[in-house]
Amino acid sequence: MTILSLKNLSLTLNGKKILDNINIDFWEKHVHAVVGPNGAGKSTLAYTIMGLEGYRKVEGDIFFEGKSIKNLSVTERAKKGITLGWQEPARYEGLTVEKFILSSAKKMSLDEVKDSLIKVGLDPDEYTKRALDKTLSGGERKKIELASILAMRPKFVMLDEPDSGIDVASLEKIFEGIKLLREQGSTVVLITHSIAVMKKAEHAFLICGGKVVEKGRISKLLPYFENKCLPCDHKNIPD
Amino acid sequence: MEVDDLLKLIRGDLFLQDKKTAHLTINLNKVLSKNLVPGLHVDTKENKDGVDVKIKVDDNIRIKNKVHLCFGITKEKAIQKINMDVDVGKNAKISILSHCIFPKAVNIKHIMDAKIKIDEGSIYTYEEKHIHSMDGNIEVYPKAFVEVGKKSRFKTEFELIKGRVGKLDIDYEITGEKNSVIEMTSKVSGKSDDIIKIKEVGNLVGENAKGVLKSRIAVRDNASAEVYNTIVATAPYARGHVDCKEIIQDNGVARAIPIVEVKHPKAHVTHEAAIGSVDTKQLETLMARGLNEEEAVEVIIEGLLS
Ligand SMILES: Nc1ncnc2c1ncn2[C@@H]1O[C@H](COP(=O)(O)OP(=O)(O)O)[C@@H](O)[C@H]1O
Ligand SMILES: [Mg+2]
Repeated sequence: MTILSLKNLSLTLNGKKILDNINIDFWEKHVHAVVGPNGAGKSTLAYTIMGLEGYRKVEGDIFFEGKSIKNLSVTERAKKGITLGWQEPARYEGLTVEKFILSSAKKMSLDEVKDSLIKVGLDPDEYTKRALDKTLSGGERKKIELASILAMRPKFVMLDEPDSGIDVASLEKIFEGIKLLREQGSTVVLITHSIAVMKKAEHAFLICGGKVVEKGRISKLLPYFENKCLPCDHKNIPD
Repeated sequence: MEVDDLLKLIRGDLFLQDKKTAHLTINLNKVLSKNLVPGLHVDTKENKDGVDVKIKVDDNIRIKNKVHLCFGITKEKAIQKINMDVDVGKNAKISILSHCIFPKAVNIKHIMDAKIKIDEGSIYTYEEKHIHSMDGNIEVYPKAFVEVGKKSRFKTEFELIKGRVGKLDIDYEITGEKNSVIEMTSKVSGKSDDIIKIKEVGNLVGENAKGVLKSRIAVRDNASAEVYNTIVATAPYARGHVDCKEIIQDNGVARAIPIVEVKHPKAHVTHEAAIGSVDTKQLETLMARGLNEEEAVEVIIEGLLS
């Protein structure tokens, strides 16, 4: 069953068409990958689905559980169960990890906050009272963001480059978190240009120059990566 | 702590019994209660519109529990002038928690004029928390002249984040001698037509003296904030830093004028100032978890001022 579908979705920013007539159906409780080279439009697609400021004036439509959400605010979309993990998570001076996670999920107990940290491999005793600021590494902030997403129990979650800034040992924890999201019943979209991350998905959509150029099972899309040969004439491809 | 709890504090209900915790409570120009611990002397003189307070900590006395000072005005209209004279002896330690409570303020002026002298090898910590009414016309003028002796530490934290600020005008001048440490933090949240002015001057005159002046301010509605923080380093290896962060919302106006002055080639002073509205990514991250914009701003500002 489709949970979120993009119908002829286009987005123009500063006169440049960044998303070009995209049609995708994301299946409920599946793990999807959106792959493609740098500058393909992957992050833009995620921001557009989330409805962030500056990404709202779309052509076409976005349907969630059968209803158009293109006129809804970020908060309204989140309240329906849609959320986003950033490639580079925000830093907050003074805001504790505990307060941040609690803000993500109403009616949550402190034990549940701690539990969500344990799930991503962070020791709650060490992290709950720490501020989510520059004293934490990018990888730590990414894991904390994933913990907050687990706590939120979203229906539909997009993770933008979930492995960026993550060391090998931590990557396993991120992958476990993704598995837990799926077990919780979330539909997951992994936005990535990494083969390792893509392999965690069941289906993939290959984007290039703002267009979906290929879709299907992972095994079908893998060769494009392995040969570093993408079926589009995007300028980023080495000649 | 809520206003009711603080009012209880002022009446002494909560810790009057605790003989191990020193305290002094003043309502307007009357001393309501006082408790001392060995080595701590507090003399008071009641005036027409305030109280003169003399605090002395003897040499080698390290006071364990925080000393509570409570300055309250339970009237709607009043002027309260506190003259403080603090003298901390050698190798001593005192940590003061000061509450200023003006819960019914309609038209109130609170003036604090302090002279603080910290002798060699001592530690002085001062936390000042204000609780104001939501609708009052309150003016607060904390002024202090501080001398921090050799190897001594002076640390203050000023907090006014509940209720209306009214008008706040902080004016501190601190001098740090050899190997001393000065650390000042102010956290203020302004709303409506509040006016915030902070002026702190740190003079690092002794070799290896260190100083940090930090301010965290949020202004919304038509509130305004001006922060003039200065560090002057005149001795070798003196190290200073001025750090100001202000968040503005609505028609708030913020200004930060950090001044760093170095008069010795081996001294080093830095500064950073950031003023702006709430960062979009911070905001949208929280909104993507279901908070509305106002709630998200609240969480971010609360963090900044925590
Ligand atoms: N606000 C904008 N205005 C103009 N071009 C933009 C804007 N944001 C992104 N782009 C461009 O859109 C393209 C896609 O960017 P992005 O979605 O970040 O790619 P990806 O995440 O796939 O690496 C890039 O060429 C980028 O330069
Ligand atoms: Mg990207």
